[in-house]
Amino acid sequence: MATVSKSSQSHDMGLHTEKLTNRTQQMFFDAGESANLTYAWAPEVDTNKVGTLDCEGMDPTAINIRIRELMAEGCGTINLSNPGSMHGLCVGILSRLQLNITGSLGYFGCGLIDGPNVHISGRVGWSCGENMMAGTIMIEKNAGSTFGAAIRGGDLVCRGSVGSRTGIDQKGGTIIVGGQTGAFTGFMMQRGRMIILGDAGMNLGDSMYDGTIYVGGKIEGLGVDAVPADLNDLDRKWLKSKLDLYGMEAPNGIDNMQKIVAGKQLWNYDNLEPSEKKLVL
Amino acid sequence: MSQDVDHYLTTDGLDSDREKEIGQTIGYRYDVNLVPDMDRCTPYLKEYMEKMNWKDLNWLEDIHMGYEEENAAVFDRNINGWVTIPDTIKLPDNQQDRDMIARELLLKFQMSENHPMVQLREAYAKF
Repeated sequence: MATVSKSSQSHDMGLHTEKLTNRTQQMFFDAGESANLTYAWAPEVDTNKVGTLDCEGMDPTAINIRIRELMAEGCGTINLSNPGSMHGLCVGILSRLQLNITGSLGYFGCGLIDGPNVHISGRVGWSCGENMMAGTIMIEKNAGSTFGAAIRGGDLVCRGSVGSRTGIDQKGGTIIVGGQTGAFTGFMMQRGRMIILGDAGMNLGDSMYDGTIYVGGKIEGLGVDAVPADLNDLDRKWLKSKLDLYGMEAPNGIDNMQKIVAGKQLWNYDNLEPSEKKLVL
Repeated sequence: MSQDVDHYLTTDGLDSDREKEIGQTIGYRYDVNLVPDMDRCTPYLKEYMEKMNWKDLNWLEDIHMGYEEENAAVFDRNINGWVTIPDTIKLPDNQQDRDMIARELLLKFQMSENHPMVQLREAYAKF
């Protein structure tokens, strides 16, 4: 078997420093131009103008279209009732809005949103806040599995407990769980922050590439490449500020929360494969 | 990140044993896990938070100043590309303040009528 020294391994294989490169966009933009606070195409809404929407007898498509119509009419606050746990409600809202939902949502509730603040008085099914870009979602009761799947930004908060695979493939944003979370929480997490105030199930942070998970209760077991880290002062300050925002508290105090991060041993595994093959063959 | 803030501008970034072993800088060229220090928030960002009715930076917590081809830049997820920080902006000597500049610049870019998303929406938006 050929021997390859660790220091020269990558160079022998012809690998070299790879810099992140992409296409710059400075030609489209002058930093000194007038600064808007909302997307150029977003409807102008007034939070004091309130719209109501009773979902009784409506299908999800009609409900989602009606939400957009109300926003186009200038409603900055919408009170939605009788959602009946329908799937795919309140998705794709791409500008600011205060949305108050009385009742529970089914699968994929409030997915793909970019900006609104949503309050849900009941429960939510699988994949609430999936691919969420910005805004806040507050759920007063429990949530199903894959809570915040592939979330990219914003705050997704559940006061109760959630199912398994919470924040699977998380790419940003903050997920806060007031109760417990199931197995494989933070599976393949790539970025962002997760705060679990209760206990976490087995394989927490399995195959996580980056990001941070804070746990206030017990951890049943860590997944592959998830490792403990030390809380620093900035973590404590940020945790306090974030929890205060939603009126939540760490049951054993912030100082006793556990911090889990990626061990980064899985990074760029594809580049190591050739060397491993070489060593094996 | 405790190291020099210009680290990725002045070195090849191969620091850890892991990076030397695989011959690549690991991932981003900045600390993606650095949480923001809200005491350093700029007036424009505060105005934006008030408009959106948010009490903190929300999605902007994930925005940091990075480096694109040895230039300071910020990554825009909506176009999958880097926005270069203009030369006229003097870079502060700490990452927190650099991140606030990056957030402000990105926000102004995304809210601009010249953002590519405006044309993309006109061409492809279904609703």
